[in-house]
Amino acid sequence: MPPHDVDASFVALPLRRLADAALQRARDFGVEHADFRMERLRSQDLRLRDGALEGAHDGEQLGFAVRVIVDGTWGFSSSVELSPESAIRTTEEAVRVAQVSAAISSERIELADEPVYDNVAWVSAYDIDPLSVPVGDKVDLLGEWSRRLLAAGSVRHVSATLEQVVEAKFYADLAGTMTTQQRVRLHPALEAHGSDEATGRFDSMRTIAPPVGRGWEYLSDGRHDWDDELAKIPDLLAEKLSVKPVDSGIYDLVIDPSNLWLTIHESIGHATELDRALGYEANYAGTSFATWDKLNTLTYGSGAMHVTGDRTVEHGLATIGYDDEGVQAQSWDIVRDGILVGYQLDRRMAAMKGLGRSNGCAFADSPGHIPIQRMANVSLQPADDGPDTDGLISSVENGIYVVGDRSWSIDMQRFNFQFTGQRFYRILNGRLAGQVRDLAYQATTTEFWGSMEAVGGPQTWVLGGAFNCGKAQPGQVAPVSHGCPAALFRNVRILNTQSEAGR
Amino acid sequence: MTSTTPHDLVEAGLAASQADDCIVTVTRSSSANLRWANNTLTTNGLMSGSEISVISFVDGGQGVASAALSRSAVTVDDVRDLVAAADAAARAAGPAEDAAPLVEADQSDTWDAPPEPTSIGVFDTFAPALGDAFGRARSADRLLYGYVEHTVDTVYLGSSRGVRLRHVQPTGHVGITAKDAALTRSAWVGQATRDFTDVDALVLDAELERRLGWAERVVALPAGRYDTVLPPTAVADLMIYAYWTSAARDAHEGQTVYSRPGGGTRVGERLSSRPVTVYSDPAYPGLEAAPFVTASASSSLSSVFDNGLELGRTDWIADGTLAALGQTRHSAQLTDLEVTPLIDNLVVEVAGAEQSLEQIVSGVERGLLLTCLWYIREVDPQTLLLTGLTRDGVYLVENGEVTGGVNNFRFNESPIDLLDRFDVASATVPSFSREWGDYFPRTATAALRVPDFNMSSVSQAN
Repeated sequence: MPPHDVDASFVALPLRRLADAALQRARDFGVEHADFRMERLRSQDLRLRDGALEGAHDGEQLGFAVRVIVDGTWGFSSSVELSPESAIRTTEEAVRVAQVSAAISSERIELADEPVYDNVAWVSAYDIDPLSVPVGDKVDLLGEWSRRLLAAGSVRHVSATLEQVVEAKFYADLAGTMTTQQRVRLHPALEAHGSDEATGRFDSMRTIAPPVGRGWEYLSDGRHDWDDELAKIPDLLAEKLSVKPVDSGIYDLVIDPSNLWLTIHESIGHATELDRALGYEANYAGTSFATWDKLNTLTYGSGAMHVTGDRTVEHGLATIGYDDEGVQAQSWDIVRDGILVGYQLDRRMAAMKGLGRSNGCAFADSPGHIPIQRMANVSLQPADDGPDTDGLISSVENGIYVVGDRSWSIDMQRFNFQFTGQRFYRILNGRLAGQVRDLAYQATTTEFWGSMEAVGGPQTWVLGGAFNCGKAQPGQVAPVSHGCPAALFRNVRILNTQSEAGR
Repeated sequence: MTSTTPHDLVEAGLAASQADDCIVTVTRSSSANLRWANNTLTTNGLMSGSEISVISFVDGGQGVASAALSRSAVTVDDVRDLVAAADAAARAAGPAEDAAPLVEADQSDTWDAPPEPTSIGVFDTFAPALGDAFGRARSADRLLYGYVEHTVDTVYLGSSRGVRLRHVQPTGHVGITAKDAALTRSAWVGQATRDFTDVDALVLDAELERRLGWAERVVALPAGRYDTVLPPTAVADLMIYAYWTSAARDAHEGQTVYSRPGGGTRVGERLSSRPVTVYSDPAYPGLEAAPFVTASASSSLSSVFDNGLELGRTDWIADGTLAALGQTRHSAQLTDLEVTPLIDNLVVEVAGAEQSLEQIVSGVERGLLLTCLWYIREVDPQTLLLTGLTRDGVYLVENGEVTGGVNNFRFNESPIDLLDRFDVASATVPSFSREWGDYFPRTATAALRVPDFNMSSVSQAN
């Protein structure tokens, strides 16, 4: 299918007219920098319960923001009223905010240089705009999938959700860059709930199909084998409800990409955001142990560890053509041979640290929010001739194989973390030996990545991700993908969550 | 913002609807914020928003169908487009499970009053004081990081059944983190406010200075169960999560800590042997919240059919007994319980508890005093086991006095268990959750002293 254009209804908005009005007004004030960003975020959330539609909501956010630098100080204002008068007024407000802020600002804001991109467009790779598909068709499909699960004896209830977003952005700045972009993403998920009559324990099993930067075809063209995944869930749930709890202790872990992406997100993705390392998130999301002085010296993990940042991988949730400061998307190394070699940047931090160009991680989640440094697709690279998952399992005598993400938590400096999963299998003498339950793994970031003995080959690599990465005040959510192979970790601490609860 | 007032937009939408029934909600929001780090401002912003939400209802003969759409919009044409789209979507939809008669005529006295704005000027007193605090911090080798936000939302809810309700919700908060120059010690203070007249940056800075001082003596402690004083902030951190997971339907279907083994909910069951009451009240002084339901989509905790339903004080846990769960009228029917929708504030009270936090600390022989909790996530829904971290100040208490700063810990605990295990509580005071306060700022909670709080492992973060 040929690439799409940006939706005509977005292009038809008074993008240039408002940008011209805002940027001209900014020029009048003699600002050092001004940018204008108009965004339209269309979304639809569907929620089914036991195959029936529980709730549906269609949303559209449309508005624009003006960001200026006046005498070295930021000013930002936004509006939802799309007129040149409003663009001028909003620019004046942004200037006023900068003036009010000047008294309590002691650092001069400067931005790293970036080439000018004059009137460029970019659209993500997808076939079918999910918002063009009738709601009834989506409810029918998710309802049919739900009823398949409900038909199994082990399944008492089923929930199904489908989040869909079509994001269109227009950006123009005083330097002359002007970009118009559109991207599409969606996240289908089904979860089966059951209980064990004898013990009264309940549990659930969720699909592990990741959210993706694709269109409706993700559910309909066989690219992901939904039939196979759904067919297995009832028995996986029944087994999980019937098996024994894990004995807490030290085990080797083989972690599936469906779980490992989230550990990468929390312990590498966030820890290598330079704004966190510099303290900008100290009051909220937190800082990082990977401080600036450790660049090129910190041993992050074993020599098997090669982590990249990119905003370019096809179907990635953080993938874009140009970021919200007009910087073209790139890819770069973050950890190479186990050593910290790079951070995620925006233009201000790149200039402050003399790093040259920004690597393009500025992102705002809505027209009303200021762009901040947000996460690129941070991915663990496979070994070119690495083993498959069975190969990794075969080198474990006494261990656990972890599949699917569930609970996650990590501290403010990204040292101490604890994760659970959808399902856990005992590994005995190189083979899977059935599920165990009530398990969490707990570790410290550099010890954990230092214990990574091997990564799987490209055949094990999966692009996982999330829609809902939270950061900043006011709170912003960002979508991001993380690719990784299966990987083998030695001597990781396993907790029994029932004993943690004092049961 | 525009010449069309919000209540006129509602009327225009209702007049345009061709559906059997229609609800139009216009929310005007105005927000200002300042953010700082390392004793200097980092970002700031002004936001103004106008969201129109339309729900159309169509009786297709088999039951009533609904469709809910919302959009940033400001003009009469916008609202008419949205109503036409909602009407069409409702005609295409199947019957809704949660269908119920819409709320009948109810009118606010202030229905046609304009929306209330805020501006960057709301910080006119706070910002210069913050500048002074930066100066004090610089001269004492202390670093300040923080955020202030003030938002005013004005909601206009109108329906084809004569409902015309308006609610103004001012929401503000401040949070400040302080670190020593070596970045080895960290302290935090936070406060919710409706208008910033009660926020003094220099008072907050003085408290941060005192707390950093407490931590000058460093005490390393291992994981284990500790006699632990949870201040009102930490109690809010835990209880807000317990509140959010209280959907009656989820409990009824065997998915939460409030589920009765074998089926049904635990409503009526004693959860705590202590006289603890957890409730919400839209009229609670200082925590005033919307006194009617607004629902832009249906879920286990909300129904679009319930828009405009009156809200009053609701006890969730009354004197230790689970009294109610988050309901829609639909879930109330399924569970055969009272209609008790969630309310946008939360109060935790212990009968007879009159001590202050300081008095509780003075009674501790050897234990920990926490500041707040962070990165709280659910590990096991059945026990509501939550994990998370202590953050920005764990203090050692010896013989009733704070004697040093302790490393952070990862905890694994269930708030429902804690309600039965605490041995001392303080009087209830306004609190601000570190973890959830940006999204749920209206809480008043007691401090709780728990004799055996489970610190699962040490966190090196500081």
